[in-house]
Amino acid sequence: MRWLLLKDLRILSRSPLLVAMLVIYPIVIAALVGFAVTSGPDKPRVAVLNEVPASATQISLGGESVNVSKEAKPLFDAIHPVYVHSRQEAIDKVKSGDVLGALILPPDLTRRLEAATAGGGQPPSVEVLFNAEDPAKLRFVENTIKARVQDANSALAKKFTQVAASYIHLLATGGRFSFFGQTFDVLGLQRAEQILHGLGGKVPKGSAASMQLAQVTQFAHLARQNLGLANSVLDAVIAATVTLMFVTVLLAAGALALEREQNAFLRVVRGLVSRTGLLAEKVALAALCSLVVGLLLLAGLSVFVTLPWSRFALWVAALGLGALGFGALGVAMGALAREVRAASLMAFMASLPIAVLGLVPSGAVSSWLYDVVRGVSAAFPFKPTLEALKSALSHSGGVAGPLLHMAILTAVFTLLARLALRRFAVD
Amino acid sequence: MAQPSATVSEPGRSDAAPVLEARDLVKRFGDRVALRNVSISARPGELVAVIGPNGAGKTTLLSILAGIQRPDGGEVGHVPARIGWVPQQPSFYSKLTVAENLRLFARLEGCADVAGALDRMLEQTGLHDRADSLASTLSGGNRQRLNIAIGLLAEPPVLLLDEPSAALDPRQRERLWDFIFGLSAGGTAVVYSTHNVQEADRYGHNVIVLADGERLFAGSPRELERAVGEAGARDFEAAFVEFLRQRGH
Ligand SMILES: Nc1ncnc2c1ncn2[C@@H]1O[C@H](COP(=O)(O)OP(=O)(O)OP(=O)(O)O)[C@@H](O)[C@H]1O
Ligand SMILES: [Mg+2]
Repeated sequence: MRWLLLKDLRILSRSPLLVAMLVIYPIVIAALVGFAVTSGPDKPRVAVLNEVPASATQISLGGESVNVSKEAKPLFDAIHPVYVHSRQEAIDKVKSGDVLGALILPPDLTRRLEAATAGGGQPPSVEVLFNAEDPAKLRFVENTIKARVQDANSALAKKFTQVAASYIHLLATGGRFSFFGQTFDVLGLQRAEQILHGLGGKVPKGSAASMQLAQVTQFAHLARQNLGLANSVLDAVIAATVTLMFVTVLLAAGALALEREQNAFLRVVRGLVSRTGLLAEKVALAALCSLVVGLLLLAGLSVFVTLPWSRFALWVAALGLGALGFGALGVAMGALAREVRAASLMAFMASLPIAVLGLVPSGAVSSWLYDVVRGVSAAFPFKPTLEALKSALSHSGGVAGPLLHMAILTAVFTLLARLALRRFAVD
Repeated sequence: MAQPSATVSEPGRSDAAPVLEARDLVKRFGDRVALRNVSISARPGELVAVIGPNGAGKTTLLSILAGIQRPDGGEVGHVPARIGWVPQQPSFYSKLTVAENLRLFARLEGCADVAGALDRMLEQTGLHDRADSLASTLSGGNRQRLNIAIGLLAEPPVLLLDEPSAALDPRQRERLWDFIFGLSAGGTAVVYSTHNVQEADRYGHNVIVLADGERLFAGSPRELERAVGEAGARDFEAAFVEFLRQRGH
């Protein structure tokens, strides 16, 4: 079996085009899928009551001139704003469930902000009204916000990853930003948070004003977290899982079908290698290659996203077992499709919807539909790999559950492939 | 009927026990019956030619003997652990070189001396100077030589060859048969199919005639000629054609 593995690696090394495709394609797909999914079919509806006069959008804050409407733009792009004209209207919409939440910007917001940072006057207040604390929906909102930021950037530059990363960084920490030749300053959520935090001490404790300020501080904190960290990790997880899936499934399906296409299959299984042995070899081949690609991808992403290298062993475990699951899925497809072209097409056509289903966020569809989606997702290695990687790349949580799930799927798909091999060599 | 001295009319060891034997083999593909109660046996050193029109069932018969396909009826007995099998289409990796293919299959067949087997087969096939060429760059004939060489690597006691000489030029064909004769003289039983009827005559101790999955004849080439009587007396090929005509094929 070792010789077969070496043989396949040698054949791969002599197929640079295939290798390039196997590596580049999934990464492109990963990016696309990341977009498609995180942007979601619907933006969350948020009621917005903007009482700030248009003339007051440019303010001086912490020594920097800030265009509030410009800075807030990505956030507004991320939601479906439902503009309302009164406070009561906003509250009604939240209560009726027509909107997920409401954002109330008082007319004196910018003036108060300016005055407060100058050391006097009344602290500013922004009201955020939430309908329900549904974490699934909240995550969906977060994802949507993040994707919008990326979206805007991808349109601007080819190296969208870097740009998005720097843009997010900028949004989070502040700095100078150049945009089509125009340079402007961005306050940055972190500094906004710091400024607001500093203001906290100047406001009498327990007063209505301090509670409102705390709310704003919290909002800035959340927004910074969403933009700066959590979602980038989620994107890394999605990109790695999608890449892992495509590389492994395509490789396993193609390599198995190639055995038949070269008429070598019957010769090989007549020799010392059993049919199950041959399947194991293909799964190992595909898993090995995609594990390398997956680790390289994560290493590359770690330049832009903070990933916990201390949990490296868990990355390998999650990627490795995920790759085995995808490999088994791949050989099942290869055994069924039997020809390299058909196998590749099948691997590709089946993988895409599996990925999309695995990425449907819980708040985005009705609950019965979500149950169906979850059931289908559980039958393929994508979702468990995603879960395992999510745990491995975050700072806490185990991976045992998803890994066990993947081990079971590996066994099931290998068995399916073995059954399909009965008809494999029959013309 | 002037044949070179190489012609074998008497099986060398007619008294020895068969090293390969199959009885009443039946194979169906859906409604189509590819083999109807076909029996075959080969003794050590015996050369058995399987001839018959396209679709007669030659490949199916050899695949069953090779253990590639399972028969729907009948039984295969006396099968040695290792049977050499050379399929009709080239069966190796086009992205590997000649030597890499031979080495790989030698290992997969469990050859004790991989380097020795490689040298032997490169020598035999005359592919020494193409040893490092990718298999995909070989001519049709050279591919067939490689295909055959892979089947011979393990020096099996029984060798099954499906149209081995089909793509070879006359000189290569001669070399192939010289080699097969050598194997036969060393005790290897060889069962081969061919569309070259002269080959069956020259290089077959026994001939099996298949048509539509039915075994119409089994015996020596001379016996086949006698079976058609005066009408086929001109030469073996004429006798074979006449034989099929008489049987309604
Ligand atoms: N896998 C298969 N599925 C369906 N029918 C098959 C299959 N393999 C062979 N057959 C049929 O069985 C019959 C015998 O085929 P086989 O390949 O054994 O013939 P052959 O004598 O080797 O022919 P040729 O001289 O053309 O190589 C043919 O009618 C063929 O169509
Ligand atoms: Mg044939």
